[in-house]
Amino acid sequence: MSIQYGEPDMAGSYGVVDSFPKDFGYGGDEAGIDDDSSASADTQPRILLMGLRRSGKSSIQKVVFHKMSPNETLFLESTNKIHKDDLSGSSFVNFQIWDFPGQVDFFDPTFDDEMIFTGTGALIFVIDAQDDYVEALGRLHGTVSRAYRVNPHINFEVFIHKVDGLSDDHKIETQRDVYQRANDDLADVGLEKLHLSFYLTSIYDHSIFEAFSKVVQKLLPQLPTLENLLNIFISHSGIEKAFLFDMVSKIYIATDSSAVDMQSYELCCDMIDVVIDISCIYGPIEDGGAYDKESLAIIKLNNTTVLYLKEVTRFLAVVCVLREESFERKGLIDYNFHCFRKAVHEVFEVGCRTQRNGGRPDDSLTSSTSTSSSTHAPNHRNYASHNGSMM
Amino acid sequence: LCRCTPGDGGSGKTSMRSIIFANYIARDTRRLGATIDVEHSHVRFLGNLVLNLWDCGGQDTFMENYFTSQRDNIFRNVEVLIYVFDVESRELEKDMHYYQSCLEAILQNSPDAKVFCLVHKMDLVQEDQRDLIFNERQEDLRRLSRPLSCTCFRTSIWDETLYKAWSSIVYQLIPNVQQLETNLRNFAQIIEADEVLLFERATFLVISHYQCKEQRDAHRFEKISNIIKQFKLSCSKLAASFQSMEVRNSNFAAFIDVFTSNTYVMVIMSDPSIPSAATLINIRNARKHFEKLERVDGPKHSLHMRMR
Repeated sequence: MSIQYGEPDMAGSYGVVDSFPKDFGYGGDEAGIDDDSSASADTQPRILLMGLRRSGKSSIQKVVFHKMSPNETLFLESTNKIHKDDLSGSSFVNFQIWDFPGQVDFFDPTFDDEMIFTGTGALIFVIDAQDDYVEALGRLHGTVSRAYRVNPHINFEVFIHKVDGLSDDHKIETQRDVYQRANDDLADVGLEKLHLSFYLTSIYDHSIFEAFSKVVQKLLPQLPTLENLLNIFISHSGIEKAFLFDMVSKIYIATDSSAVDMQSYELCCDMIDVVIDISCIYGPIEDGGAYDKESLAIIKLNNTTVLYLKEVTRFLAVVCVLREESFERKGLIDYNFHCFRKAVHEVFEVGCRTQRNGGRPDDSLTSSTSTSSSTHAPNHRNYASHNGSMM
Repeated sequence: LCRCTPGDGGSGKTSMRSIIFANYIARDTRRLGATIDVEHSHVRFLGNLVLNLWDCGGQDTFMENYFTSQRDNIFRNVEVLIYVFDVESRELEKDMHYYQSCLEAILQNSPDAKVFCLVHKMDLVQEDQRDLIFNERQEDLRRLSRPLSCTCFRTSIWDETLYKAWSSIVYQLIPNVQQLETNLRNFAQIIEADEVLLFERATFLVISHYQCKEQRDAHRFEKISNIIKQFKLSCSKLAASFQSMEVRNSNFAAFIDVFTSNTYVMVIMSDPSIPSAATLINIRNARKHFEKLERVDGPKHSLHMRMR
């Protein structure tokens, strides 16, 4: 049920569309992380991607989750039907992206909003900032009010898209305007409680990845725990910044509490590209993937920055930014990382068990899942302290 | 000294130059305009070599200029002449005429120069016609070039042929390439590497390589060059550049590091149980040896420069 598109006429093998396999996993299953077998496709939480015709929805999906180069999206044809993209096999994001064709008519009685909006975690509405967006705002209003009525717990996200062509002032102006109008429309019908988040995005730079990262993070119940783990890890290892990346999409699902510098994020994304590309050439696994349990990379820059990538789960890797002096204590960092990795696996295991029990937390685990601080008490002691071992 | 010389206007030299030397990728070159005047740039290449790129706009008026007033200036002390032909050109006769004028100037001023012809933009020719057209062109050029011998390449910026052509040309410019290759092979065998690549530092062109077993991907040289150049571009946004890299998974370990003052080395080990430290020490020790190799030829080059 995939979209048909023409292969761009580039003879070189480097830029071939879809040259990266969808599934980056290992051959066999890893015990404890196998969380898809019991849940059927329709019961997984969903991300819905909606917007007017030609607003850029399919391109976003292709660029973020299928490693398509932004220039190649010019060859994508219009979507004609609802495209359900099940990413559970290849990406940590085990959400479904429903790409609605722009021409969907909600007021068609055959459109079953109960089925579609229940179980949706987030609804992303894409607005083309380079076009006149009055109609888009109208459609946005109709869509969110309808969805809210069915399921008030949906996160409503608005991507003000294609901003690569706009100047900075224009971007801010557009965002302000869209924000104003959308909220006014909602206030007019008494839906002030409906909260909208706005993002300025473009597929030609990293902003789309950043926006998606935030959307996915909001849907992650484990987020505070993961952030805490990262904080402890980096403070004990002399690391400046760490991101927990989904390798396929380059979305980061968690980071430590220090401010996110877009340049660092972009550099880490580029590092992932290098690592995957080189691994595909020299170290491919049977099914053509390149990322496995032993994946690791170290890049040293000439300004004493070191980038360190290490595998955490079959979908996730941690990318750390640190100084060369700190990296001299590599043994210490590796030991702390070992503790961190074990903790992350435990966190996800709890999630699996909860899901298998039909959403009821396992009684035996209530003590450890109730507060994140108690989960960390034992781990905290185990971390070798970077500061403690000062000479 | 190398001269990259007049092809017809729009034959693609500037794009070519940008891609190989100035780190544009193919897609960006569409934004480059036609060269209006003679563009002269220096590229430090292999340390003590200076590549002089005269990118002459191919427009008629300038072509006339070269062969009269600028002639001696441009054609003196040339080691390599690279002439770029647009395969789609409608004015074959004129192209050949200018080419011959260049050859005459070369014969007079630098008779020992090596001549290379690039038949460029081959991607615009239908696939089944490419061999035919190229062979025909090659015949003509070889005939016209006598008594000088010319080596012809068919190229396009959209595939690996351009890269291969430049690599071959550069390979011939390296003074002691055979010795380099022997040493590289010994080095690779001692450290039990699967593959060792030697890159020129500025352009990341592969100038020498050793492999001990068949590799899956025949286009990997160009891919690696591209991958590294992309990453270098990203780093330059932060006013930094990368120094070294290690990438591994359960099947392999790759090390990219500064080697000599003009080269980078990439070592591929398929036995990932060998600790990184061991390989890194080996690379470091080999470095001193290879530096010595380069220094031996140093004085020769500077002498050549002074005679200019």
